[in-house]
Amino acid sequence: MTARDNIEDIETIGNPNVENPFISAKNVNVHYGDNHAIKDVSLQIAKNQVIALIGPSGCGKSTFIRCINRMNDTIDIAKITGKISLDGEDIYSKELDPVILRARVGMVFQKPNPFPKSIYDNVAYGPKIHGLAKDRNELDEIVANSLQKAGLYEEVSDRLDESGLSLSGGQQQRLCIARTIAVNPEVILMDEPCSALDPIATARIENLIDELSEKFSIVIVTHSMQQAARVSQRVAYFHLGRLVEVDDTEKVFTNPSHILTQDYITGRIG
Amino acid sequence: MFLGYILLENTENNMSKKNLSLSTQQKVRKSLSSRYKKETLFQYFGLSSLSVGIIFLVIFFYSVLSQGFSAFTQTYISLKVDFSDNLVVKNNKIDSIDSNFDAIIRSALRERFPEVNNRRDRRELYKLISIGAVYQLIDHLDMSPGDVGSREILSFPTSSDVDMYVKGNIDRKLDESKRTISNNQMMWIDELVEKGEIKMKFNSALFSNGDSREPELAGIYSALKGSFLMLFITLIVSFPVGIAAAIYLEEFAPKNKISDLIEVNINNLAAVPSIVFGLLGLAVFINWFGIPRSSPLVGGLVLSLLTLPVIIISSRAAITAIPPSIKEAALGVGASHMQVVAHHILPLAFPGMLTGAIIGMSRALGESAPLLMIGMVAFIVDIPSVITDPSSALPVQIYLWADSPERAFAERTSAAIIILLGFLLTMNLLAIYLRKKFERKW
Amino acid sequence: MKLETLFLFLIALSIISYYIAMRRAIMSVDSQQSISKLHSMPTYHGYYAVICSFVPPMIIIFLWLVFEQRVISTLLISNFSNIKVLSQGEINLFLTNVQNTLYSNLFSQDGTRFQSEIQQATIILKSYQSISRIILSVFAIAVSIIGIITVHRKINQNYRARNKFENAVSKLLMTSSLVAIFTTIGIVLSVLFESFRFFNEVSFWDFIFGTEWSPQTALRDDQVGSSGSFGILPLFVGTILITIIAMLVAGPIGLMTAIYLGQYASPRFRNIAKPLLEVLAGIPTVVYGFFAALTLAPFLRTWGESVGLNVASESALAAGMVMGIMIIPLISSLSDDAINAVPIAMSEGALGLGSTESEVIKKVVLPAALPGIVGGFLLAISRAIGETMIVVMAAGLSANLTVNPLEAVTTVTVQIVTLLVGDQEFDSAKTLAAFALGLVLFIVTLGLNVFGLYIVRKYREQYE
Repeated sequence: MTARDNIEDIETIGNPNVENPFISAKNVNVHYGDNHAIKDVSLQIAKNQVIALIGPSGCGKSTFIRCINRMNDTIDIAKITGKISLDGEDIYSKELDPVILRARVGMVFQKPNPFPKSIYDNVAYGPKIHGLAKDRNELDEIVANSLQKAGLYEEVSDRLDESGLSLSGGQQQRLCIARTIAVNPEVILMDEPCSALDPIATARIENLIDELSEKFSIVIVTHSMQQAARVSQRVAYFHLGRLVEVDDTEKVFTNPSHILTQDYITGRIG
Repeated sequence: MFLGYILLENTENNMSKKNLSLSTQQKVRKSLSSRYKKETLFQYFGLSSLSVGIIFLVIFFYSVLSQGFSAFTQTYISLKVDFSDNLVVKNNKIDSIDSNFDAIIRSALRERFPEVNNRRDRRELYKLISIGAVYQLIDHLDMSPGDVGSREILSFPTSSDVDMYVKGNIDRKLDESKRTISNNQMMWIDELVEKGEIKMKFNSALFSNGDSREPELAGIYSALKGSFLMLFITLIVSFPVGIAAAIYLEEFAPKNKISDLIEVNINNLAAVPSIVFGLLGLAVFINWFGIPRSSPLVGGLVLSLLTLPVIIISSRAAITAIPPSIKEAALGVGASHMQVVAHHILPLAFPGMLTGAIIGMSRALGESAPLLMIGMVAFIVDIPSVITDPSSALPVQIYLWADSPERAFAERTSAAIIILLGFLLTMNLLAIYLRKKFERKW
Repeated sequence: MKLETLFLFLIALSIISYYIAMRRAIMSVDSQQSISKLHSMPTYHGYYAVICSFVPPMIIIFLWLVFEQRVISTLLISNFSNIKVLSQGEINLFLTNVQNTLYSNLFSQDGTRFQSEIQQATIILKSYQSISRIILSVFAIAVSIIGIITVHRKINQNYRARNKFENAVSKLLMTSSLVAIFTTIGIVLSVLFESFRFFNEVSFWDFIFGTEWSPQTALRDDQVGSSGSFGILPLFVGTILITIIAMLVAGPIGLMTAIYLGQYASPRFRNIAKPLLEVLAGIPTVVYGFFAALTLAPFLRTWGESVGLNVASESALAAGMVMGIMIIPLISSLSDDAINAVPIAMSEGALGLGSTESEVIKKVVLPAALPGIVGGFLLAISRAIGETMIVVMAAGLSANLTVNPLEAVTTVTVQIVTLLVGDQEFDSAKTLAAFALGLVLFIVTLGLNVFGLYIVRKYREQYE
């Protein structure tokens, strides 16, 4: 087992690379002003797989996934270096319009944030602005499909005109998932999607993740190791901005290679 | 024994401690009464301060309402009018140039008071009726021309002195030389009142006429229209520009020295005295751009500049109130920043922006100082039809009438104030209603 | 072409360009492919085309109109060699006469100079104006069409119309926020410019330190009039006197009202009293002036007579008192903000020691909130100094250098109004003096505002 080195010297242990990577991050550093939030992270993510990012609070997991869909662009003091590619394209290249990137890489947030519009309009918003539907019928189809895939359709099919905010917390989050799916992304980023939900809603969404992974690549940030163990095929452990260990889920949880990983899993830290 | 001594010591210490603490409590209790007195005094001071403001409001509204209320009525004299003599009819239409309408009214007066036969008395008699009564006669004949050659009872507005007298505003006991109503006139009026031939009717002239030298003919219509045109210009200029500026400053402006400068600028502009904006309007809009003086266009532009900082500040507050999670959600789905603003932020912030705009406009409606600077002190009789015609404004009209020494204008000024306050009240209530209706608890 | 017609024409052109651009965008993709192959939705191509065809001509029209009058006047005058050489004031008079003749069919009275030139000029002016409008129309429409064609050529599948459109909108938004800066610059420049012309005629030191204010100037060379003295001191003193009276009224009342409402009043009482106070703030100043002049001043006069004091009918006291009442809501709300900014922990600490509520306020909260309150007072003072209508209607015109509140005084703002509301001749020292006064007023209020806002902000940061 690798010892507790100085955090500055840590090299990633395990298998950060995959065959046929879909998303590839190389030497990514993120600075928020003076704060060096992500330190030299390199990681590859495969297609149609679920990878969970775990680690103590504030270690950079959310920051990292926000790089993948360039949400960090909205923060003035954020500086990002390194290379991130989506299906071979550098996502920070000048030719790439972040707007299109975000249609390919969707995001579900920690606190459910449906628009203050009707359920229908929530899901239809993305397809509308990207021109994915030729007419109203196609749009209806997309909305219905997305709601079904998100496991929400039966509950709301008769009240699509009601406000999205009238749903329960778990339903709202599924609505947000439906909204994300509606633009037909290739990757779905999930930033602690269940942390604001009760256990039953959480269980439903975890089942959903499993179904969704057949079609989408999923990167999920989670505080709950049990959740990571349940839903993911690969796990990446972040510690103070560094990627400490990444490997198959079973391996990381049963036989972690780095002492920091083990400390976290056994509850000594975090 | 030694133990006993120690015990005693302790007990003594405890007792003296108790003594000390007793006197602290006593001290505190002693001070309490004067402290509570001070407290009560303080509260009274606060309450009475508050009352000063409220009492002023009461006195103010009472004085304005009581003075202005009577201006909404106007005295009318009913006279039997004979049309046969003085009308000239050509081609079945009444010739308004050759017909002598004055004479019609005068002969009606003479008929009513046949005992009046010397010239001086007759002149006093004629003065009972307003100069503007002629126009009323013409209007009436225009509408019902079949009256030619007949006799009819018509009502004519009295002159303002008669009006004041009937309303009880002229002191009977004063010497005749100090009164605006002569003894003869008093006698005639009293007789007419007794016989019920003088009535009070609603003073529609106040609303339908423009300004006039004669109080009984003076109305606020011209000023109202001027104010309305100006507010319209203010709305279409300052509302879009204000919203656009607020959106830019909140959403798009990079956080650097220049945006800081703009922000300080806007906050300061909101506190610049309004008369300085008038100077700006005079020097730039009138002298440099060449916009006609005293026109609603220039007034509206000046008021826009005045209202702009207010709208920008309130719009920014409306935008800031929107939780960032909605922005993030929209961005996450692939909307561009501009789309987020247009599809989400603007619709959600709009009610707040609208409320701010209405409040800004109600402020603009009451402004008069900058309008004086751009020349709105002239005596404007004509109703403005386009935004480049010379016009007046309601607060300016109030200012001009307030200067007038005639008693009748004093009550009209109060009436105009009542109308102005009415508009302001409506606008503010509308703003409050909008705010309550669209209030969201994020 | 009339301005309105030109405007409508441009709008029509923009609508046409919208549809042309949209069609072109849709056509540029194979009908086999779906529309989503386009980088930007067709509507954005349309919107961008509208911007390119509408905005440049509008800018041109705006700039043209701004300078049109000046340019035409200069060209007009250059036709008349005998008018060219006159003083600026006389040239302006000539121009006004020409304009009056042209627009209002007011024939100048006999005795006005240059009658024949005026007639000629009227004709020339008319032709210049129509030529100007024709050139403008042609220019604007040409630019619009060029805009349409330029965009049209660029439209294809990969054209980032949405980005270009959003960029243009962003620039438009930025221009809107610059209006505020331009307004300030406009105020400063116009006031400065005219003030400099004033200081050419009246020395700066005489202005600032002179103790006599009687702005009569000879209007024409042949007139015999008293030369004007433009000493601003009596105005300053008058302004300060009235401001002090106003603050003496508003300060304690406003502060105590804020304290009472914040500390002692029940929520229901507060919900009634606060809006009522806001009504005080909403009453237009001209109405306050009316009240001061026609109700309060006579009342003070008769009351003064009854106790043997000689109160002028336009006393500083009347104006000051009413102004004070007007300012009460301002001080009340600013003090309320300042008091609320003091952390509750502080007052709880004092209460925990057994203080009465008034002691907490007097000894802990108020001293802590003092900077914020002072800042608020500064803003209120600035408001009082800049107030116009109340003093115009209730205070006098006599430039009396006194500190007696029972006498009539005049203020800076009253004089600005008086100087500009008479017959206007835009050149004499008299009218220019108004701008010099405006400059002084602007600088003083700006200083107070900046300082006041600065104190309020620093104070709030202290507690965050």
